[in-house]
Amino acid sequence: MIQPIDYYAVAPPLILALTAGLVLLLDVFLPRAPYARPLLGIVTLAGVSGALAVVISQAVRAAGPLRTFCVPPGLPGAAAPGPGAPFPVTAPEAGAAPPCSFVVDGFTLVFAGLALAAGIIVVLLSMTELSFGDIPAGEWHFLLLCTLTGAVALPASRDLVMLVVALELASLPVFALTALRRYDGRGSEAAVKLFLVSVVSTAVMLFGISLLYGLTGTVYLERLARVPHAVPGAAVGAVSGLGSVPAGPDAVTAGGVDGAYASSLQIGYDLPPVLAVAAVLVLAGFAFKVAAVPFHAWAGDVYEGAPIPVAALLSVVSKAAGFAGLILVLVGGLRNLAPVWAPLVAVVAALTMTAGNLLALRRRRAVRLLAWSSVAQSGYILAPLAVRDERAMNASVAYLAFYAAMNLGAFAVVMLAARRGESGELDGYRGFAARSRIAGPALAFFLICLAGLPPGLAGLFAKIVVFRELVGGGLGWLAAVMAVNTVIGLYYYVAWVVRIFTPAPVPAALTTPAPAEAPAMAPVPAPAPGVAGTAPEAVPVAPGAASAAAGDRTGQVAAGVAIALAAIVAVLFSVAPQTVFVLLPEALIATG
Amino acid sequence: MNWLPVALLAVPLAGAVLLAVPVGSTTRERWFPRYGLAVSGVALALSAALAAAFDHDDPARMQFVTNLPWIPGLGLRFHLGVDGVSLPLVLLTALLTFLCFAYLCRGRPAGSGRAPAPGHPATPPPGSPSTPSPGDSPGAASGRPSEPVGGGRPRALVFTLLVLEVGMIGTFLALDLLLFFVFFEVVLIPMYFVIAVWGGHRRRAAATKFILYTLLGSVVLLLGLLLIWAQTGTLDMTALARAHGTGMSRAAQILAFLAVGAGLAVKTPMWPLHTWLPDAHTEAPTVGSVLLAGVLLKMGTYGFARIAVPMLPGGATVLAPWLGAFAVIGIIYGSLACLAQRDLKRMIAYSSIGHMGFVLLGFAALTPAGFNGALFGNIAHGLITALLFFVVGSIKERYGTAEIPSLGGGMLARLPRLGSVLTFAAVASLGLPGLAGFWGEVLSLLGAFRPAAGLPRSLYLVFMALGGLGTVLTAAYFLSMLSRVTHGRPVETVHAPVLAAVGPADTGGTGDMGHTGGAGNAGSGEGTADAGNAGRGRGYGRRGIRDVAPHELVAWVPLMALILLLGLWPKALLDVTGPVARSLLGAP
Repeated sequence: MIQPIDYYAVAPPLILALTAGLVLLLDVFLPRAPYARPLLGIVTLAGVSGALAVVISQAVRAAGPLRTFCVPPGLPGAAAPGPGAPFPVTAPEAGAAPPCSFVVDGFTLVFAGLALAAGIIVVLLSMTELSFGDIPAGEWHFLLLCTLTGAVALPASRDLVMLVVALELASLPVFALTALRRYDGRGSEAAVKLFLVSVVSTAVMLFGISLLYGLTGTVYLERLARVPHAVPGAAVGAVSGLGSVPAGPDAVTAGGVDGAYASSLQIGYDLPPVLAVAAVLVLAGFAFKVAAVPFHAWAGDVYEGAPIPVAALLSVVSKAAGFAGLILVLVGGLRNLAPVWAPLVAVVAALTMTAGNLLALRRRRAVRLLAWSSVAQSGYILAPLAVRDERAMNASVAYLAFYAAMNLGAFAVVMLAARRGESGELDGYRGFAARSRIAGPALAFFLICLAGLPPGLAGLFAKIVVFRELVGGGLGWLAAVMAVNTVIGLYYYVAWVVRIFTPAPVPAALTTPAPAEAPAMAPVPAPAPGVAGTAPEAVPVAPGAASAAAGDRTGQVAAGVAIALAAIVAVLFSVAPQTVFVLLPEALIATG
Repeated sequence: MNWLPVALLAVPLAGAVLLAVPVGSTTRERWFPRYGLAVSGVALALSAALAAAFDHDDPARMQFVTNLPWIPGLGLRFHLGVDGVSLPLVLLTALLTFLCFAYLCRGRPAGSGRAPAPGHPATPPPGSPSTPSPGDSPGAASGRPSEPVGGGRPRALVFTLLVLEVGMIGTFLALDLLLFFVFFEVVLIPMYFVIAVWGGHRRRAAATKFILYTLLGSVVLLLGLLLIWAQTGTLDMTALARAHGTGMSRAAQILAFLAVGAGLAVKTPMWPLHTWLPDAHTEAPTVGSVLLAGVLLKMGTYGFARIAVPMLPGGATVLAPWLGAFAVIGIIYGSLACLAQRDLKRMIAYSSIGHMGFVLLGFAALTPAGFNGALFGNIAHGLITALLFFVVGSIKERYGTAEIPSLGGGMLARLPRLGSVLTFAAVASLGLPGLAGFWGEVLSLLGAFRPAAGLPRSLYLVFMALGGLGTVLTAAYFLSMLSRVTHGRPVETVHAPVLAAVGPADTGGTGDMGHTGGAGNAGSGEGTADAGNAGRGRGYGRRGIRDVAPHELVAWVPLMALILLLGLWPKALLDVTGPVARSLLGAP
């Protein structure tokens, strides 16, 4: 049987995957010329931009969701779930469309667009990172494109199998990216940590998903959403007797026969415990991906050890993918189990924001601070999911969009600063505004946005959206926790901003012998823009720095473009945040 | 769409944005304050036009309304308007900002030695409020020629103050709950930088304390506002005020009042939440203190008048006795703390707590009389305390310290004009009849004497008695301060280098003493101004310390005139606020 495929619907991931292959081939066949590295970056950029263009064209096409990879009507599984499930979901009404695995709807478009826009910035940052030449460019871009493919395919997935595959496609290349810089102990350590954490989380999630499948007999989210609120008491008894062992033939008969006749008795309205266990396991798996408490400990070391573009990728693209999956499974698939997972999500959100902020408070290195602060931001994004209202998750998506622009901007400036020979220490940012007249204020703007204060209105509106859902949804205590956390977060962001604007301390060695010359020469010991490498102790091992000088300049241009893009988006979000709200569709997830 | 309020916001904003464009000579730094003066002058003229075009026959009606959708996704509308409560505050804000720039125009842009005069790098100006820390000064001095953004002090200060003006005026104009909150927040970062960059010795800690405290307050305020929104489904402040709490359950009103009130009380500040204020005021530069005390504190009380009391009457009735109790504690506490202060700036900061206590007591009465008293006290405190901070800033600049023991007394002999302005401001602050400070306190106490029905009258009588005791204590600390600073023989206990260098030259004639000795009465305001006018040509005083300089006089005379005007003719303000107070309270 030939399954029809809507190539327009799958075009974005397809373009990315083909570009990935093209980059790998080009890397092999291109001569080792100085233009090879930038060229690979430009090809990657073109691929990502092409995918983004397709996503935009899909968005402006005003029609219903695109569906593909559907169950053909003739197959036995099309109308009813598979046999042998102890909690068969109620049969769909006759004439309903068959379930599909790949659906392009508003939710998909928002997340795909977010991932691709963030991907463009990450590629630009990569061009800066790669300009030094200690990282193989072809492999890097290939892996990056693979991650993006996963991140774009994931929000379109409407069955559990495809969801897991896309999530793994988004996660696995990141380990390699983290460790791609050779002879870098920190990078390898970070990669191993990330690998172990990610694999464990995948295993946990797979266990949960297998339970879900075993219990309901379907992998389609749409079918899962029809898990009945109340399950006949006999069935509950059967399963609780069995514990978490997958149901055997006995349970089938019990569920099938007793269910029919016990339902008239209206005995139990409890949820089956196994379903709850499955939901919690899936939640735990995603909690790893988005670095939520108690699975957050990897964030600091991994962000610090990974190259900065990878840290940016982790903090935005991977996080967006994780949240997309989380929203799909929880809100899309397990919405009837909300009484089980919603309070859990609330507690996890509260703990995540608190832990992230407290850990960020005492950090001395910029990337580490951003790592923990992005954990805290995960908490803010999680919070609206705890409101048992499908509209509330719009707040999560909106926050994620705002957060992506602000955080990528901050990472871009940190990248540029590192390339210019700034030390990664927060104290090294003293006088940064004096040295980089545009990047310095830009970083200050991004940080104030992250803190959520005017003039960073984007962050303020993002927080207001979340607060509004929490207050409106009756989660006052979570709103109060978040209020306190906002204040904690402000402390470290503003402390950093102040460092940017305070004059750099002039080293005693410089001033004491020749105080008279100080006003005449450049006021700070940092190199002028474009002459990076004069402070080699701050730059990562730079073999052949002299030959890399030219490439370095193009690299800085790339980072500058990245900063400019992020700044434009952040300013746009500040002045007209409705651009995000308009993008959010009313009914976010179309059924598969 | 009415262009006046929009222009009031757009002018300072455009001025700030123009400054942010990194062009223009960095060498002509003294032009920046003049630029700020021009921009804020336009804003002042606009606000004057607003006041002139305002329909004074119907101040309770919202006028000059602009109502445009801004963020449909949030239900946030760009909704501005002016009525009798906001008009005086808008005028006050525009005036004080203008006067701050006038003060900056001739003075050094910052006190802290960040921008020492060219040519004197070795000796910091003697009057700088704080000697720069060794690490800061070279960096700032050397960084100055090359970069205008970070260390470019005058430019950055003017930029910051203009942004601050946008936030302050916007807060008083906003008629949408979220828009109000946005403007409420806009002032935080600029004020933080004003304190943290141009402040005194312990500026960093003070600024951090300020922003953390006030941000916590504003987040709680946001929760309260969102609770109102969630209950009523609208963010329109006029509609909510007209509704007088209909549509909200009593419990929700109490909860919302608690959150909104706590948020505003931090800003006001109310007694247990005041601890950020003394540090912030003490460490802030003169213009920062002036705007902080003159306008920023008013944003908290304005919130009470505009949001908390009218929109949540159910909550207000339940919690007003608590508000009154905290207010009275604040009055007594502030006065007692003032008695113990050695630093003039700190003393004025604590006196603000006492005065804001009177304002809150007026609100707590929930009657039109009390409301009027609170609104009057608000404006009067803005004028008087701004003047006090100006004067103390000048004293600190001259003496190098504001410690009362170090000042050594005899200011009326040494600097007769400065001493008499200080006397005038202090006497106005302690509530002498005939000056502006009097009416706010009296009306607040009158409000407490006859609180709204449903409030425990006996309790309010106790409040009134304690408030009266507070006025006595206020007089006590101001008079004892004056006796230690302005009167007596000028003893040379000052360690400021300039005084040490000058030495005890002739210590002023008794004629000076006699001339300004009568500053305790209402009439001496003109006398001082006249003396200042007469002395304008003389420039520097005889002994090297300059008496009141022309630019200071320009900044102070309008304040003194207004204090006198409001003191002698309170009806000018009460006519504007009275009808609004009645309509906000739903009283006939």
